[in-house]
Amino acid sequence: MKRSSVPAWVTVFVIIFFYIPTLMLVIQSFNSAKYGGAWQGFTFDWYRKLMHEREVWRAVENSLCVAAYSTFGATVLGTLGAWMLNRYKSKLQGGHYVLMYAPLMVPEILMGISLLMFFVNIGIPLGLPTIILAHITFCISYVCFTVMGRLQDFDDSLIHAAQDLGAKWPTIIWKILLPLLGPGILAGALLAFTLSIDDFVITFFTSGPGSTTLPVYIYSAIKKGSLATINALSVLMMTVTFSIVLISNYFINPKKS
Amino acid sequence: MNRNANSQTKRRPPEWWLTLPSFGWMTLFFLVPSALIFLIAFRPALPNGGIDDGWSLAAVKSLFDPSYPLVIWRTIWLSFLCTALCLGIGVPVAYYIARLRPNKRRWVLLLIILPFWSNFLIRILAWQTLLHSEGPVKQLLEFLRIMDPQTTLLYNVWVVLTVLVYTELPFAILPIYAAAEKFDFGLLDAARDLGATQFRAFWTVFLPGIKRGLLTALLVVLIPAFGTYAITDLVGGTQAEMIGNVIARRVLSDKNYPQASALSAALCLVILTPMLIALFTQRQNQRKQDKNGGAAK
Repeated sequence: MKRSSVPAWVTVFVIIFFYIPTLMLVIQSFNSAKYGGAWQGFTFDWYRKLMHEREVWRAVENSLCVAAYSTFGATVLGTLGAWMLNRYKSKLQGGHYVLMYAPLMVPEILMGISLLMFFVNIGIPLGLPTIILAHITFCISYVCFTVMGRLQDFDDSLIHAAQDLGAKWPTIIWKILLPLLGPGILAGALLAFTLSIDDFVITFFTSGPGSTTLPVYIYSAIKKGSLATINALSVLMMTVTFSIVLISNYFINPKKS
Repeated sequence: MNRNANSQTKRRPPEWWLTLPSFGWMTLFFLVPSALIFLIAFRPALPNGGIDDGWSLAAVKSLFDPSYPLVIWRTIWLSFLCTALCLGIGVPVAYYIARLRPNKRRWVLLLIILPFWSNFLIRILAWQTLLHSEGPVKQLLEFLRIMDPQTTLLYNVWVVLTVLVYTELPFAILPIYAAAEKFDFGLLDAARDLGATQFRAFWTVFLPGIKRGLLTALLVVLIPAFGTYAITDLVGGTQAEMIGNVIARRVLSDKNYPQASALSAALCLVILTPMLIALFTQRQNQRKQDKNGGAAK
């Protein structure tokens, strides 16, 4: 039976659609025209300029700091939450589930505004700590549901079997839970890290003076119109993330051929 | 009997204590702030920014500002159109990937996700450089005499729609693909053996088979679309504003927190009400099913 070729064509067009803007950015970052206009010759100037921008490196530092703390907090809280949701089916867990699920149903801007109001009202000055609190809050849900996906396939009788054979909880956690749930928890943590590094909207509303993260820096640079160095910065960032993704993809899947 | 009750009370504290961290965190940093918005909406604003004591209906009344219906209407149609496009494109792509051989599948999937590992703002910036008045697309269109030099490609609703689809599409493809991967494609062949046309088999067998994936994709695209802020702010201009931009302006430039809260609360209600109804009916159905199952036993 002949299969339709429409899906294949759509996929090809989607991939082209996805890559053209990115490709454009790479080309423009080597263009000596100041405002990213027509091609005026090859240059490394924007990269050189970027190296001397202190603010960029401060922003990178801030972003990494926020992402590290939020990943840790969200992974611990989200995993524990997922475990409890999966284990008990009480009324308490019903409410717990709604609390975990609702943030996924709320656009980022609402979360940003409500947290801003909250911090302003109780008088916490905006800065890196408020950004971290906000990031933990929106990452918990993602970690929780990623881990829960793994837990659903998890066979509870393994624990009972281990207990029957005399294993204590530390042994069970170390020998059964971590090996089986580790990939799920790691996937949740990675998701939290990328969400935190990538977040602009919530960060924008909960950040204060001196707590500029990389996305907030990029935003203000685009607003100011200093596009050329930002193009270079974007290309550098993409190179870093793409290589991490490709390398991890290579290592995670042992079937290399 | 007695022993049983004893073990019950012994088991209870761990559940409560171990649920507390995540439950408490979400209550403090999600539920309380969300509730706070509804409260601040009824507070008077201070002229120099900030919130005054006492109560006032001024902010809630400002919701009936004559400029809002247009913005709200634009937010709704843009969000729904974006979602429809994402699902319409996502289904064939997910179908194609799911039918590839597993080792090929991985690479095509990676190819699709890869650009989206770059920062969200960078992706918007990429479109800005692409459609810039001196960018390649504009130059080409001018050269072909399709466009005159005065008009700009940027700063209109269609750019916003394009960039919205661009940023949301992978989030639609992934859940649809996850559902399509589990779909038994033998069913499609069976349908065709039984005389269904290719299209009919796709429509009546494949689509219902991936219903859950479609629903997830719908929510995952529609909800962020409703709250679009950065895209309209950077490539949309004033003609393409959405609710998110109005809220942000109230907070950032007017510093009118009560009005921003009133708008946010309204948006929140618009999104959460159908969700809660869906969740509630789903639970009710499940309970009914459980009861029926129990009766059957």
